[in-house]
Amino acid sequence: MSEAYIRVENLKKYFATKRGMLHAVDDVSFEIQKGETLGLVGESGCGKSTLGRCLIKLLDSTSGKVLLQDDKGYFDITKASPREMKELRKRVQIVFQDPYSCLNPRLSVWELIAEPLIVNNIYSNKNEMRKRIRSLMDTVGLAERLENSYPHELDGGRRQRIGIARSLALNPEFIVLDEPVSALDVCIQAQILNLLNSLQKEYKYTYVFISHNLSVVRHVSDRIAVMYLGQIVELSDYRDLFSQPLHPYTQALLSAIPLAKLEVKRERIILEGDVPSPIEPPNVCRFAGRCRYAKDICKTQAPALIEVMKGHFAACHFAKDFIKGE
Amino acid sequence: MMNDKIMLDIQDLTIHYEVESGVVHAVEGLNLTLGRGESLGFVGETGAGKTTTALGIMRLIPNPPGKIKSGKIIFDGENLLDKSEAEMRKIRGEKIAMIFQDPMTSLNPVITVDKQIAEMISLHKKVSHSEALKLAGDMLELVGIRRERMHDYPHQFSGGMKQRVVIAIALACDPELLIADEPTTALDVTIQAQVLELMKELKQKFSASMILITHDLGIVADICDKVAIMYAGRVVEYADKRSLYTNPVHPYTIGLFRSVPDIDEDVDELPVIPGLMPDPVNLPSGCAFHPRCSMAEEACKTLRPEMQEAEPGHFAACPICVKKFLERSGK
Amino acid sequence: MTEENFTPELVVRKRRSPFVDVLLRLSKSPLAMFGLAIIFVLVFCAIFAEVISPYSPIKQDLMHMFETPSAEHWLGTDEFGRDILSRLIYGARVSLQVGFIAVGIALITGGMLGAISGYYSGWLDNTIMRVMDVLLSIPQTLLAIAIVAALGPSLMNLMIAVGISAVPTYARIVRGSVLSIRSMEFIEAARAAGSSDLRIILKHIIPNSMAPIIVQSTLGVASAILNAAGLSFIGLGIQPPNPEWGAMLSGGRQYIRDFPHMTLYPGLAIMLTILALNFLGDGLRDALDPKLKR
Repeated sequence: MSEAYIRVENLKKYFATKRGMLHAVDDVSFEIQKGETLGLVGESGCGKSTLGRCLIKLLDSTSGKVLLQDDKGYFDITKASPREMKELRKRVQIVFQDPYSCLNPRLSVWELIAEPLIVNNIYSNKNEMRKRIRSLMDTVGLAERLENSYPHELDGGRRQRIGIARSLALNPEFIVLDEPVSALDVCIQAQILNLLNSLQKEYKYTYVFISHNLSVVRHVSDRIAVMYLGQIVELSDYRDLFSQPLHPYTQALLSAIPLAKLEVKRERIILEGDVPSPIEPPNVCRFAGRCRYAKDICKTQAPALIEVMKGHFAACHFAKDFIKGE
Repeated sequence: MMNDKIMLDIQDLTIHYEVESGVVHAVEGLNLTLGRGESLGFVGETGAGKTTTALGIMRLIPNPPGKIKSGKIIFDGENLLDKSEAEMRKIRGEKIAMIFQDPMTSLNPVITVDKQIAEMISLHKKVSHSEALKLAGDMLELVGIRRERMHDYPHQFSGGMKQRVVIAIALACDPELLIADEPTTALDVTIQAQVLELMKELKQKFSASMILITHDLGIVADICDKVAIMYAGRVVEYADKRSLYTNPVHPYTIGLFRSVPDIDEDVDELPVIPGLMPDPVNLPSGCAFHPRCSMAEEACKTLRPEMQEAEPGHFAACPICVKKFLERSGK
Repeated sequence: MTEENFTPELVVRKRRSPFVDVLLRLSKSPLAMFGLAIIFVLVFCAIFAEVISPYSPIKQDLMHMFETPSAEHWLGTDEFGRDILSRLIYGARVSLQVGFIAVGIALITGGMLGAISGYYSGWLDNTIMRVMDVLLSIPQTLLAIAIVAALGPSLMNLMIAVGISAVPTYARIVRGSVLSIRSMEFIEAARAAGSSDLRIILKHIIPNSMAPIIVQSTLGVASAILNAAGLSFIGLGIQPPNPEWGAMLSGGRQYIRDFPHMTLYPGLAIMLTILALNFLGDGLRDALDPKLKR
């Protein structure tokens, strides 16, 4: 395997709350290869968005490292000074979930797309900037005549295109896509997914794609990480993850997807209860309380994320038992 | 319409919202029937008019700006549009109940859940206060919430549990028709699976008819018998689940199915329906779908397509596709 | 992209400077234009008082005391026989100055403090807001009296006093709306684009938190005028015989039963100003909001 583009080491993000420390991201380590799409799935509150924001230092991490490859080797983003961060913003970008609230309602499409160019002083020449904005609008499929419209006049799909154009404006290498299509209707969702896909092909972006929708994640990702209560419980190639999930939580998650097909009859694993509180969680397997395979060891010892099969990591004491027989 | 099996028959329903910028054609000449004990999946994108139709059945269209312009909603042989407001109040909750999308906002945060259920019961049944509370406890157990928790406030429950409470309220008076407006959209997949399982179970226990409004074809496949696909205020295809999922006829339905990424297959590019939903203030002439339709012919621009039967019980509002379908199956 | 061919028509707007845009939209609201017209008239009167007013505002005429409106004195005369119309015209000068400048001081100071406090939360927020709480706990008039007493009576000091006593109100309002805007996702998006804090406050937060501030300021001008009148009344503001609306109002108070015109006209002048400002304020608030534009 080649050198990883991003290496995340023991990343933690805790929030202080009245009732104690909330472990939003709890000791997470993984690597992202250049040009790949890493899918990050999990249910609300599992820490996937927080992790995404820590990766590009929109949130300061509590501890751990996010190492980003550059000409001189690796640079730890979590330690970047505000000045270094200003430079880094050109390389790492984010697309937000809600195209209704992530755009300032008082700015026009033009102003919105121009903002990253202006604040980073990319162009001194107005004409060049105009050309650049036009070409960005073209890239994401926004007609030129919309440049003076305001976000509230546009539909969700077009707004999301503005969000994408903003994040592309600085020619980044790495983009965190935080649920970019979950607020959109299926038809528009498909259009945006295709757009993201073709952009990646053309510009070789590295994506982290955060979503709760497993079929969408499967469609876009090369590898998928499943998160539960602040931790990665399974990480593997997308095909393996769907064909033989090695963590009981992933199995339940996959079985819960409502499929628009009648022929396929699956056994649906209904999880009992709700996700436990992320505040001061005990150091055991966090899924044990809802797991149908849970044994004594699960309630006393936390399983580590280990490579169970080649390139297929799982954090379960019994992961090996789920490998489908040869 | 003497057929005893038909519970709800909507004929030519048109609902408009009159706003400053013009008239929003939210529902435009909608026809729909629902048999007793059946469950119908009502599928469409945002702005297709699904929720407006549901509110129309409940006679809860906010007026102004909304107005039911024409049509009939025949429920149990009587036209709901002729009912007085007082009569409607009796029907709502007792005969027709509704589950809203967001369980976080459809419960009153300062009243304990047992009282919220009891309120529904005592509105429609002559029972004492203590009896109503006891029934409320029974309802909670029915939806899988322990009786000990009946005196809790909504915020003490998780999202999935709250939606269970909402379902308990809706079913408290044993309604004949249950309208569920995106009941699981706000929930996580595993919690959604729990709630869907519960709804399936209760559907059998209560033998109520159900209209399930959703944008998710997967949920419909899971719990409905009939499916109606809605586009720009009209039903474009209506059939029982099996024939619609195996032989979708209308080009919009086909496009909708294709837009959903498959979890068993790898595709590089998702097939998309080009363009956007039309502006409901300014609907295209003829077939509202024609500007986005790859099969559109000259006639589609002027003629509004009527529903035609492609196979028994399977209707589609596209004469071209129905004809092609008949030719294909004729061979 | 071919996509556009299939989509419903959208408003296509020409590119204009935001300032022109706001003015154009403002001009479409009749009430706002009415308000603007009245304010223009008042400002005009204030500037050209010497030319317009029929009499001197301070010249006493003991032969014509307490006259009711007549052909010579359109709005009558006061207890010293001074022409009320002339006094109102000259008074506009002082009252408008006091109203606008005092609110300006309160708005800028309070707005800055509120914005900083709302944006940075933590200890800075705590310190600023506690100081504001202390100021709020002193009655506004008393505070203004104390400030003028310390600085000495003069028009400038009067405006400063009235302005400072209103600072906490603005600080609280601005902080409140900044707090609600700050948590919106587009602020995070601006940060992700590399915007500095200053730019985020100026470009994103302030324009989106204008509405309550505009409403408060238009009402604030009224209370500033009245506040200044109160101070003048106890001898800490405008010194008699200089004309000032509030002072005229309070001066005519003792004769209100017999000669109501002495209080009626200054009262009407204040009311008209406030009304005009309110109309203009509402219109401005709507014109600044792109969501409401047609």
